Amino acid sequence: MKSNKRVNFLVVAAVLLVLPLVLQQGGNAWVRILDMSLLYVLLALGLNIVVGYAGLLDLGYVAFFAVGAYMFALLGSPHLAEAFPFIAAAFPEGLHLPIWATIPAAAAVAGLFGVLLGAPTLKLRGDYLAIVTLGFGEIIRVFLNNLDRPVNLTNGPKGINQIDSMKFFGLDLGKTNHFFGFEIPSVSMYYYLFLALVIVSVIICHRLAHSRIGRAWMAIREDEIAAKAMGINTRNLKLLAFGMGATFGGVSGSMFAAFQGFVSPESFSLMESIMIVAMVVLGGIGHLPGVILGALLLAALPEVLRYVAGPLQAMTDGRLDSAILRQLLIALAMIVIMLMRPRGLWPSPDHGKMPVESIKS
Amino acid sequence: MEVLLQQIINGLVLGSMYALIALGYTMVYGIISLINFAHGEVLMVGALTSWTIIGWMQQAMPGTPGWLILLISLLIAFVVCGALNFAIEKIAYRPLRNSPRLAPLITAIGMSLLLQTLAMIIWKPNYKPYPTLLPAEPFQFGGAVITVTQLFILGATAVSLSVLMWLVNYTKLGRAMRATAENPRVAALMGVRPDTVISATFIIGAVLAALAGVMYASNYGTVQHTMGFLPGLKAFTAAVFGGIGNLGGAVLGGILLGLIESIGAGYIGPLTGNVLGSQYSDIFAFIVLIFVLTLRPSGLLGERVADRA
Repeated sequence: MKSNKRVNFLVVAAVLLVLPLVLQQGGNAWVRILDMSLLYVLLALGLNIVVGYAGLLDLGYVAFFAVGAYMFALLGSPHLAEAFPFIAAAFPEGLHLPIWATIPAAAAVAGLFGVLLGAPTLKLRGDYLAIVTLGFGEIIRVFLNNLDRPVNLTNGPKGINQIDSMKFFGLDLGKTNHFFGFEIPSVSMYYYLFLALVIVSVIICHRLAHSRIGRAWMAIREDEIAAKAMGINTRNLKLLAFGMGATFGGVSGSMFAAFQGFVSPESFSLMESIMIVAMVVLGGIGHLPGVILGALLLAALPEVLRYVAGPLQAMTDGRLDSAILRQLLIALAMIVIMLMRPRGLWPSPDHGKMPVESIKS
Repeated sequence: MEVLLQQIINGLVLGSMYALIALGYTMVYGIISLINFAHGEVLMVGALTSWTIIGWMQQAMPGTPGWLILLISLLIAFVVCGALNFAIEKIAYRPLRNSPRLAPLITAIGMSLLLQTLAMIIWKPNYKPYPTLLPAEPFQFGGAVITVTQLFILGATAVSLSVLMWLVNYTKLGRAMRATAENPRVAALMGVRPDTVISATFIIGAVLAALAGVMYASNYGTVQHTMGFLPGLKAFTAAVFGGIGNLGGAVLGGILLGLIESIGAGYIGPLTGNVLGSQYSDIFAFIVLIFVLTLRPSGLLGERVADRA
């Protein structure tokens, strides 16, 4: 039994490692889809802390993604130097801080925003919280869209471009690299980076769920009053959940900015927030394999279908183009999966008993 | 001063549309505790349906007076939206009535997305001009201007609110609705059919949304498949603002929100030395919402504490 598990693990690991090398034979676009799916997995894992563990429905999660992305973009692009003379004086080449400064900054600022949002909404529950977080997401987007004056901070709807790629230990992920005679393009390099991040996140989330904090979150989710009566500091723990979830969002955001090399408010619409919530809920709320499954399914499947949409588009004289088809499929998936399996595709076995079971096995 | 008066008129017009939409949200929420995310899309379908009917009637029978065309298209939009919302409830919400609370919320969001996409396929994604059917000559009113369309909006809102209040407070259906909102199980024991009542609630909400949609289209003069989203969101905010589940609260919240938005948009530029412009008007609703919920989490007129732990 045990060796069987190890074999499975090795097979999965080998497939994950070789996958981009195989896919890139068919073109970088396929690896790109993979990269974006991994980013969504990262976001879904972060949101799962807030929605799945602590039971706080957050419909504005993309705001933290946006904050992280913009933070990274501002610190790693010529934009600030162009907009502010005093920065240009100090950094004539433009601000190009190393990722050891930008990613922590993005994570910290996003986490701060998470706590900022959490603080006034502590008293709210359920649907009220959903709508306030939704509003928060919209507020951030409106500000990103309009903060090109009086001072040009975000460059408005045009967005910020020429963002640095990920560079560490002399490795530039933005370029094609050569290892042992193999040519590995930038998208595949990012794939490995994102994969590593996902694995780290899964470990963090898994450990969190079984820690004292995680159990307290689940207690709050199941019955807040009872949790309070058991001596759980619900205020601090809820803030912690918001902050943690937002930090994940911020890190994913900085990855997104570096990967795309360009950010604009368009990428952070409400639709994205809804997609991420849908990933968490469709997959199986609070259950890591479920969340990952949901994220991969919703992120990758429509993208793959985009490539087979051509004939369909020709058949319906252009009315059903790939973007519309994708939206249609996501909408249908949300309805049909929920109707068939209201607890998600791969729900957690039983809420309260999760930690005990894992100790036994 | 004229600016203030004008902004108040605009705010009242905007607010009465919000109020009509908010009523649909609040009635549904009062009975089954669900945010019907597809409500804004029902509004959009209503507006687009009436646009199609108007276009068709203007072609097929020229010379028909504008108000008659508007009335007929409005009635057809009522029927279409009523049937649509009835179907939405039956397909997407009813099977999930006893599921985890997030499940119907996700189907609601899915429905909203589905309707938007279908509308985009049926009506194409471009902006369509919505014809002005009522006399375009505006009235002067103490330095401010009010159009016939805006008067029609205010009048129609007043009439439909009175009818709704009568329906809820003095008819058998209204009593059944209030009973179901209070406690569906006990209401069922008293001989109320919760399913019928819930369907009726969705249909009434859809009719109000269709009315608001036609008003919105006539006031702004364009229709498009995404037009329902923002008013829907703001109307939900209005419903929460007034105290969700409370009909009077929805109306009050809607009108106050309309006024805040319109006056705020008119004054934010001068007040901040043109640093912030009216492009920020869309976020007033949310800022108000955050403040209200922080200070008074159950809304202005809400009595029930939002406690469903």
